[in-house]
Amino acid sequence: MKPMIFGHRAIYAARALALGLALALSVTASAAAIAPGAPAPSFQLHSSASTDLSLGDLKGQVVLINFWASWCGPCRQEMPVLEQLYRKYKAAGFTLLGVNVEPKSADAEGFLKSTPVSFPILFDPDSKVSRLYEVSGMPSTVILDRTGKVRYVHHGYKPGEESEYLDQIRSLVRE
Amino acid sequence: MRPRTVTAALFALTAASHAAVLPDDRADLLWHDWDGGGVTVQGPSILVRKSVTDSLSLAANYYVDMISSASVDVLSTASPYKETRKQGSLSADYLHGNTTYSLGYIESKEPDYVAKTGFFSISESMFGDLTTVSFGYTRGWDRVGEDLHQNGLVSTVWVGDADHRNWQASLSQILTRNLLLGVNFETDESDGYLQSPYRSARYVNPEGLVQTEPQVTPNTRTGNAGSLQLKYYLPWHAALDGNYRLYHDTWGILAHTVGAGYTQPVSTDWTLRGSVRYYRQNAATFYSDLFPFEDSQNFMSRDRELAQFHDLTLGVGASWLFHPGWPRWIEKGTLNLSYNRLHIAYDDFHNWLVGGPPGGVPLYAYDASVTQFFISFWY
Amino acid sequence: MTRRGVGLLAVVATVAAGLLCGCSPLQPWVKPYEREHLADPIMSFDPNPVSDTYLDHVFEVREGARGATGSVGGGCGCN
Repeated sequence: MKPMIFGHRAIYAARALALGLALALSVTASAAAIAPGAPAPSFQLHSSASTDLSLGDLKGQVVLINFWASWCGPCRQEMPVLEQLYRKYKAAGFTLLGVNVEPKSADAEGFLKSTPVSFPILFDPDSKVSRLYEVSGMPSTVILDRTGKVRYVHHGYKPGEESEYLDQIRSLVRE
Repeated sequence: MRPRTVTAALFALTAASHAAVLPDDRADLLWHDWDGGGVTVQGPSILVRKSVTDSLSLAANYYVDMISSASVDVLSTASPYKETRKQGSLSADYLHGNTTYSLGYIESKEPDYVAKTGFFSISESMFGDLTTVSFGYTRGWDRVGEDLHQNGLVSTVWVGDADHRNWQASLSQILTRNLLLGVNFETDESDGYLQSPYRSARYVNPEGLVQTEPQVTPNTRTGNAGSLQLKYYLPWHAALDGNYRLYHDTWGILAHTVGAGYTQPVSTDWTLRGSVRYYRQNAATFYSDLFPFEDSQNFMSRDRELAQFHDLTLGVGASWLFHPGWPRWIEKGTLNLSYNRLHIAYDDFHNWLVGGPPGGVPLYAYDASVTQFFISFWY
Repeated sequence: MTRRGVGLLAVVATVAAGLLCGCSPLQPWVKPYEREHLADPIMSFDPNPVSDTYLDHVFEVREGARGATGSVGGGCGCN
């Protein structure tokens, strides 16, 4: 009997393993898409100023993208803090985008009337950008450098965390 | 039938994933009122909860029952009485990452009963905060007494101790964007003096007359309960909930509880609620309304909590949300009123006080009103 | 090995690799930004703990069954 070192079964098994590993790696790869060093995915959303704003327009500026919702307590707590950050570093080439993730904007607009902010508010009712940026907590903050690369990612907000934002923005603005 | 853990889980929804949250800081002042079955019980329940650091929340509760009892059991053997029960409890919740550790102590005191209870539980939020699992252990030490009335004076005699060990396991699960599931299991092991010293068993003596003798219950009892609850968000901004509980214990009691509720906000400030609850149990194996002769069994009880009966409760409630301008550290408040009407009907417990020809004594049934008025503050 | 066997092995390999790399192939199916209904106070199982605990106590005193309600209670000599 001729010894079959690489018979059909072994070949099928090897192909299956390769397929499986490829799938696993693709899952891994996509899970690590929004990580420090990766380029930030571009997007275009409608803003509260009734114009469309695209991420590409902001190249050359340090950008903080904050995903928020009016039903989320810590998000509401964070808004005045973000407003202060925006006012402080606006002149140094920093901009802040508040991406609202609610399917209907009525509640968000109501909240903004009582707590107005001066930075652009964008609406993502279909969760396209939330999915693109793999938002895994509310609120979520992604800070990009002037070249459009992701540099810092934050999940959640607890009072006092704004000092971290301050340090990170300060260092990026100086680059 | 609410998974205790779900409170933590839902607060986690409004905060970061990868992190559970401590309960809200709040204070509640409640006035409760029970009126039914010849008994009135009223009193306050006050709760104050405050986070003292980012990870530690403390709570204290003070509760009073002011009882005025002329129930069928009291009237058949004694005269109406008044009594006050006071209960205080302290608890702490410590949050570390996705885990909340809770510890607490409850003490209840009335002239003829002192109950001390300690509890500990761990709750873990997982899977993107879709799931919360919690385990708890409760230990209770009771001292049971009997008030004796002699020559117009009341003295308390301590008749026994009761020990309780209780294990709980809960799961809360977000099923869809609009549907929540809660599952609870609880096992209770009690031993010691587990009966009421005031209740007696009735039997027929050789002359055909009804006499009473002291009741005797087993000195151990193990009960198991499992419950399921669902809460569904309706598209017109309302919530529908349903629950079911099954209970079985070593005294032979099998009980089903089924309930449903509907919550409807009617404006930004007002929310209305309606609920219905049905309960039925069969009798304990050693229960009888009338024993055939004296000492007919090792264990005998005529305690109507161990009889075969069912009860139906209908409830309505209204809640008003307000934002007090002063003091400024109060974020919001609610004013709440709820009314529950309970009808309880026994299948094998007769109201012998009413009297009547043999076989003509009616089965006992009564209606009760349960009213709650409370104000809550968040800060 | 049959085609089904190959497919099964592929699935097993994916899950194993996924677990090894720490990223499960089963992702939470309700994303944090999809929880606006669940965060509504009317969807809380336990919006008023003091009131709910009291009502549990009312039933526990008069019924034979106890437990699995979400409240932790102490004992009492309530008849």
